[in-house]
Amino acid sequence: MSVLVYIETQNKEIKKSSLEVASYGRAIADAKSTSLIAVCFGLEDSLHLAGYGVDKVFVIPTAGDIYFNAERYSSTMVDIAMAEAADLLIVSGSANGRFIGPLTAIKFEATYFSNVVGLPTAYGPVEVKRSCFSNKAFNHSISKKDKVVISLSSNSFGIHEKVVEAAQFEGTYSSSTSSLEVMTVEQASDKVSIADADIVVSGGRGLKGPENWHLIEDLANVLGAATACSKPVSDMGWRPHSEHVGQTGKPVASNLYIAIGVSGAIQHLAGINSSKVKVVINSDPEAPFFKAADYGVVGDAFEVVPELTTKLKALKGA
Amino acid sequence: MKILVCISNVPDTTSKINFTDENRTLNTQGVTYIINPNDEFGLTRAIWLQQQEGASVTVATVGDISCEPILRKCLAIGADNAVRIDAFAEDGFYVASQLAAYAEKEAFDLVITGRESIDYNGGMVGAMLANYLEMPYLANCIKLDKEGDSIHLQREIDGGKENLKGKLPLVIGAQKGLVEEKDLIIPNMRGIMQARQKPLEVLTPIEYEASSSIKSYKKPPAKGPVKLVDAGDIDQLIDLLQNEANAI
Repeated sequence: MSVLVYIETQNKEIKKSSLEVASYGRAIADAKSTSLIAVCFGLEDSLHLAGYGVDKVFVIPTAGDIYFNAERYSSTMVDIAMAEAADLLIVSGSANGRFIGPLTAIKFEATYFSNVVGLPTAYGPVEVKRSCFSNKAFNHSISKKDKVVISLSSNSFGIHEKVVEAAQFEGTYSSSTSSLEVMTVEQASDKVSIADADIVVSGGRGLKGPENWHLIEDLANVLGAATACSKPVSDMGWRPHSEHVGQTGKPVASNLYIAIGVSGAIQHLAGINSSKVKVVINSDPEAPFFKAADYGVVGDAFEVVPELTTKLKALKGA
Repeated sequence: MKILVCISNVPDTTSKINFTDENRTLNTQGVTYIINPNDEFGLTRAIWLQQQEGASVTVATVGDISCEPILRKCLAIGADNAVRIDAFAEDGFYVASQLAAYAEKEAFDLVITGRESIDYNGGMVGAMLANYLEMPYLANCIKLDKEGDSIHLQREIDGGKENLKGKLPLVIGAQKGLVEEKDLIIPNMRGIMQARQKPLEVLTPIEYEASSSIKSYKKPPAKGPVKLVDAGDIDQLIDLLQNEANAI
């Protein structure tokens, strides 16, 4: 029984989270002594995936369908999983991955496990560790079915290169239809998205007003980071809602999270807790964020942040 | 227009999460329960449709009698009637199948779930329910506007948003953006009084096996103390991030 991964692309490039999914799929395929199959939609050159352990790539021609199509993508995945006798399907923790994960699972009559961190601890039946209670706990879940769909928590496994011989095939695009139609997509192409960023720089009420956001943006630019904000900041309209991170906003699982003037309300921490390294810069030493952070600076953001930006710029330029 | 809003009874974010029974069960002692925040955004949107279009709004949950206070709260917010399917919500698949068995008979035009619950964070019930009901599903829905027979929708995606067009029937995964936090309806005295009289029906679950079970829970290891760097020594912060944390 083979392992199948869903590979996402953006601007004709394979997304980093999908390379992580491929690496994860390879490790599972090795544990099960089987092959790893990838499905990707509308990608011309997929053989790059051979560097991450994919044995067989199905490229699906999506002519006429330029946007993500949850119904047709999930049906196509199931068709290929059946034809290739796969019993374990893996999607990333991206917005699209979490969308088609449960759709694929139910069509495939499989168990669906989301927020999975780490490799399965058993395969017969499949047993996984998942984060729950908004990152305040983990659970060990056991599948009661033979087939399983896993959504891998972003940045929980890492990207591991492994070169194999890969073969590319053209797959058939499912003709399954839905009354929902994507008309347009608004996506900033020049900015790093919070979901894909290695580093996220986030600002809170401590910045005093939207006119001071250049502090956050300048630091983010130097680090190649995405910008984010706390809930009060988005509620007050200082920043767009799409930048709100926390329990009711976007989840963050970056390598480095820098919080500037963010007090660290429990709802905020729930959304950013799975980031690996957390830094807080706040003038209030009693701010709850200091209890959650790895590194902290008690100081005035208006002095500390420009200095940090200037020094990092010099360092990166050198 | 008939709307179903699926509600999850979840521990308040500020509640301490602990486990009992050899880490197999959540310790509910001292835990305050709330309407799952994502479901609450969906409920408010449904109430607006009730006010504007004369839609009927039913709320439903899968759980034991301890879920009834939040169902009453939904009624106080403005839902017309509530349904509780009297079963232990073993996994998302089980919950979806129970809700589907009920929804199938009622022919709802719009079914709203939260994008995920803040306890088990499964994010699956909406998609599964849609599949059972043979309706399309839209995850991470941040806009739903009705214009004649058309529905204009928005989905939040990584780094942007997607604009869609559809029609009823439909299942959506609601989240903040569908309505804003400041728009959430706080029940008033009149609503609370009326809620006592509104129907809350208790249904027997259908026979169905969950697709998974939870063997045990674990809390993450306690975090070490924060390493404080003097505001006058930014070089040290850079050094730590570079050489100790390998983060930049």
